[in-house]
Amino acid sequence: MAALPPYSSTAQITWYYAFRIICGLIFFFLIFPIMVIVPLSFNAENFFTFTPKMLALDPAGYSFKHYQDFFTNPDWQQALWNSVTIAPVATLLATGFGTLAAIGLSQSHVPFKSAIMAILISPMIVPLIISAAGMYFFYSRIGLQGTYWGVVMAHAALGTPFVIITVTATLVGFDRSLTRASASLGADPVRTFFKVQMPLIIPGVVSGALFAFITSFDEVVVVLFLGSASQKTLPWQMFTGLREQISPTILAVATLMVAISIVLLTALELLRRRSERLRGLSPG
Amino acid sequence: MSSTTTDTSSNAMPDDGVVRAADGTPLKKRLARALRREKLRSLMLIAPLLIFIVLTFIAPIADMLFRSVENNIVEDTIPLTVEALADWDPASDELPGEPVFAALHADLLIAVEERIHTRLGSRLNYESSGMSGLFRKTGRRVKRMDEGDYTAQFIEADEDWGDLETWRVIKRFSPPYTPGYFLNAVDAEQTSEGLQLKPENERIYLTLFNRTIVMSLAITVSCLLLGFPIAYLLAHLPLRTSNMLMILVLLPFWTSLLVRTSAWKVLLQQQGVINDFLVWIGLIDDTNRLVMINNQTGTIIAMTHILLPFMILPLFSVMKTIAPYYVRAAKSLGANDWTAFWRVYFPQTIPGIGAGAILVFILSIGYYITPELVGGTSGIFISNRIAYHISSSLNWGLAAALGTILLGLVLLLFYVYDKIVGIDNVKLG
Repeated sequence: MAALPPYSSTAQITWYYAFRIICGLIFFFLIFPIMVIVPLSFNAENFFTFTPKMLALDPAGYSFKHYQDFFTNPDWQQALWNSVTIAPVATLLATGFGTLAAIGLSQSHVPFKSAIMAILISPMIVPLIISAAGMYFFYSRIGLQGTYWGVVMAHAALGTPFVIITVTATLVGFDRSLTRASASLGADPVRTFFKVQMPLIIPGVVSGALFAFITSFDEVVVVLFLGSASQKTLPWQMFTGLREQISPTILAVATLMVAISIVLLTALELLRRRSERLRGLSPG
Repeated sequence: MSSTTTDTSSNAMPDDGVVRAADGTPLKKRLARALRREKLRSLMLIAPLLIFIVLTFIAPIADMLFRSVENNIVEDTIPLTVEALADWDPASDELPGEPVFAALHADLLIAVEERIHTRLGSRLNYESSGMSGLFRKTGRRVKRMDEGDYTAQFIEADEDWGDLETWRVIKRFSPPYTPGYFLNAVDAEQTSEGLQLKPENERIYLTLFNRTIVMSLAITVSCLLLGFPIAYLLAHLPLRTSNMLMILVLLPFWTSLLVRTSAWKVLLQQQGVINDFLVWIGLIDDTNRLVMINNQTGTIIAMTHILLPFMILPLFSVMKTIAPYYVRAAKSLGANDWTAFWRVYFPQTIPGIGAGAILVFILSIGYYITPELVGGTSGIFISNRIAYHISSSLNWGLAAALGTILLGLVLLLFYVYDKIVGIDNVKLG
């Protein structure tokens, strides 16, 4: 897709530009729905569409009232609080277990490797509604349904496959002779792990943790079945809001969540670059 | 060699041709021990997560599979009746004998005391409507029954007890395991004439499975049509530009599912942005605004948008590895642009298409949130029905059976995916 050679025919030139226009339209399709909610969240009216005042760029057409509602409404505040207390704990569990397992899986002789891998990855493959159904049945048998720890454990289980995949990916490029060198210099395995291995795989661990965090933070199906009213998270509140009483506060929340995604995306991209630089895969 | 044993001085090592480590143990043994230790160490590292996942995830799934066939309720609620019914032949034209009615009376007395007879009624109601009412009504009468001639008293309480069909249902569902939920889930029923599909207008689950698969295919195809050009463009632009444009793909990927679904709700509503715009430019009349939400169109548009990155990313990573020489060679041999693309380039992208298509298809047949919010009644999937049976109709066995079928379908597709792409090659972001 380099620039057009000078001998191109008219048809080739037309197609070259037509193709770019088509791609532009598809990019528009991808990004427009996300962008459109940002201005709408500043709507001064309780509408889900642009008012004439907004189109005329009249400041009176815009307001922060939906944001104000979000930050003062106890329902939304409770949901926000639940989200920020559930997601980090689930992330911590998923990252801790996941990193250890990924290191174990990357050793050269692991018995039943593919079977173990299949089990560990399964929470990512099984449709959420099935996970939710199974967990609902099982957790209500053992009394975890409707509890904080039930939701946290379910979210941790859903997040671990991402940690395993990202950490395993960083370990693929890991130079084994480094741990041997460290051992030959007298470091015990724990010290070797923290001083040699950990600094090198940390980008993979952090990006896995980010994936696990966003999985829990965005998750709605499982929490809908497993949680009780006191575990109502932000996505759950949005879900009920969209289904029952549509309030434009949802758009304000959505805008804030887009901002969070942008922050996470940037963090991941920086990590990816750092990891590639460390492993000498790209000039940086 | 082993025969010529040389007499070495102290702690003589038998020179039998075995390579030995410094302490005299055969090297083979030492190596095996080291290998075992290494295996054990890696298993120790994996064990915590494995146990965690088995307890929090695999056990629930297994529980669901078990629930889809479990049927202890009949035997638990009316154990004597089940025992007494063992001798009765459901194919016969006679009602069960007096001992069965007496057993039923004894069972129901206890069941009514524990207030569990209505639960049995609603369980059997899934198989034959009217059972719920029958048990509730009989439950009120059973205490007032006199000793002796229970047959007549039961039939007097509700004439359905004189109906052979009632007894056939009870007999059919008395074993602790039942295929009943699965049969229900595929719209079949076990009648006295054997297995049969339900009448055409009552086949809700087959219709739903069918619709889920057809709509998922439609979503997969539209993702492919939209994703292919983007992946091609990104793979062939200079690195700096493609990295910039990649953000436009990754941002939706990272944005919360609910944010994107609410965005589509805002856009597609009758009073929404797209309709407003179309009215404003005069393309449609204000009175007949397009209905794009709460139907299949809404589900397909929103889900195509949500799943598009899952198509673009694998396609992109495959296209990135396609060497440019082949297309150049084809052109130098006289192929025009189209032939070079279609005969040389396109076949090399098939692995990417396969990976992306299966991924999108797997994800979409299990979708719940988006169909629930923008699908209305005509655009919902099988998952929505599962959710309905869990939380509203409380027919958990049927929900479990539907879930098991869906799970089987997904695992089958995933097996194919694993064969094409390999489970280790799943890439994120």
